[in-house]
Amino acid sequence: MNKEYKTSTPTDSEIVFGILNNSENALERLYVAYFPMALQLIINNNGTPDDAKDIYQEAIIVLYNKIKKGDFELNSKLKTFIYSVCRRLWLKRLSQMSRYSGDLHDFQDFLPVEDELEEQSERDAQFGKMQQALQLLGEPCKTIIEDFYIHDRSMQEICESFGYTNADNAKTQKYKCLQRLKKLFFQQK
Amino acid sequence: MRDEQLLETIERYLNGEMSADERRAFEILRTENAETDQRVIEHQQFTGLLKQYGDRVELEKRLNAIHEEIDVHTIAEEVSVRPMWIVQLWRHHHSKISVAASIAIFAILATLFITGKMDSNSTYQELSLKVDRIGSATNNLSKTVNALKNTTTRVLPQDKFRGTGFAITSNGLIATAYHVIDRADSVFVQNAAGRVFKAKVMYTDPRNDVAILKISDTTFTGLGAIPYTFKRAESGLAENVYTLGYPQDSAVYNSGWVTSHDGLNNDTVDYEISVPVNRGSSGAPLLDSKGNIVGIVKAKETHLEGVHFALKSAYLLNAIENMAVADSLIKKPVLNTKNMLAGLTRVQQVKKLQNYVFMVKVY
Repeated sequence: MNKEYKTSTPTDSEIVFGILNNSENALERLYVAYFPMALQLIINNNGTPDDAKDIYQEAIIVLYNKIKKGDFELNSKLKTFIYSVCRRLWLKRLSQMSRYSGDLHDFQDFLPVEDELEEQSERDAQFGKMQQALQLLGEPCKTIIEDFYIHDRSMQEICESFGYTNADNAKTQKYKCLQRLKKLFFQQK
Repeated sequence: MRDEQLLETIERYLNGEMSADERRAFEILRTENAETDQRVIEHQQFTGLLKQYGDRVELEKRLNAIHEEIDVHTIAEEVSVRPMWIVQLWRHHHSKISVAASIAIFAILATLFITGKMDSNSTYQELSLKVDRIGSATNNLSKTVNALKNTTTRVLPQDKFRGTGFAITSNGLIATAYHVIDRADSVFVQNAAGRVFKAKVMYTDPRNDVAILKISDTTFTGLGAIPYTFKRAESGLAENVYTLGYPQDSAVYNSGWVTSHDGLNNDTVDYEISVPVNRGSSGAPLLDSKGNIVGIVKAKETHLEGVHFALKSAYLLNAIENMAVADSLIKKPVLNTKNMLAGLTRVQQVKKLQNYVFMVKVY
């Protein structure tokens, strides 16, 4: 099955509706379809396959969020959009590493995508802070918070898995944990 | 404690777990109490961010899982732009190539330096050789042209033989060695300034190897007074003598001593001298330190280094006298008796002498 996906390029609308409907398949087909394009761009411009993976995944996340938010208009091709985002991100990465020679070897047409990326990078910064705060929070707080707020598990379930005899104890624990997480999150610059 | 309860209330409110009455009461509290309202918004935002963060982590996991399935290496092979093999060779090996090139250049320079090819002298030699060759080629050409046109323009061909001569009178009588002008078609003499005059042979004495020429050229206007005198008496052993000759294009000075009164095979007509002379010096004057002509340079001993011979001046004087006797049309030349070199230094002597010593060119 997988092999077939690799050779057939899905249509743009298939992908967009697939992602909107949370189809696992759509994301995978999207990813597989355009990865070679991103790889080509990056390894022929001073990058490694690992760089290509990072950049491409970031671009897919940008596209994914844009589709989820419902503001991806089908007037530009997915391919062009992904290529433009990859290109922009790679240019930024190159200049950060001061490896940019002033000349990028292009393989596709591209669009200006600065606005989307700015929004993305702001969110990425927030996520970075959150990740950091969760790391610092330590166990069992981290698991309690993740289970309750991210994985939507009920207090009852959490109570059982942590072996709290009293649901109130668990609630108090969760409250303290959240307060600490907020503190850690807002302390960061 | 109150805070914890508030948070729980907010969560119940946000999760829609309140009853309709409770909800209405809480919404009134929000509108009335700005602090509570602020807490609600803040909590909503923070938990929202937390949720989004979770989603992102989840999405990244999924993407990584998909990525695992892809054969990156094969695709990379397919999509990479292959530069020309020579460019690839350069990219992979440029450091080695550079080192190799530097070593090669160094080796070439070192070899050139060691073998002396870098020495400018060798180039100079080659060059002069070339010039010589071009010169002779030009001369040959001129010769041919001349023969064809049979004009009177004087173009001198390459001389076959070359010697030295010196003036014995100011009207152009020149003494030289007989072997210099032996079997000559024509004889020319060239002075220190490079002017060439035609000369004719007046008298020869093959036995003593002496010859007398006369400048017959119409452009010749005579020489100044001869500065040296001629000594008839024999010079003593160890007498310091010197010579000025034309073994090359410019005059060459050499000095030495009279080493014997007898020449080769005890020949009494010659002195043996230690003055180093070369081919082309034949016929050059041999003078003593007071500026008297004491002989004519003749020959060198081929097997012994530094042994040379000069005809004694007495035989030259005999030849001059005999010349007048042999041909009654020739007046006996009057030789200079006033020595102008005696008080001068050697440098000054040679400077004066130069104007009376000629290169004899034989064709």
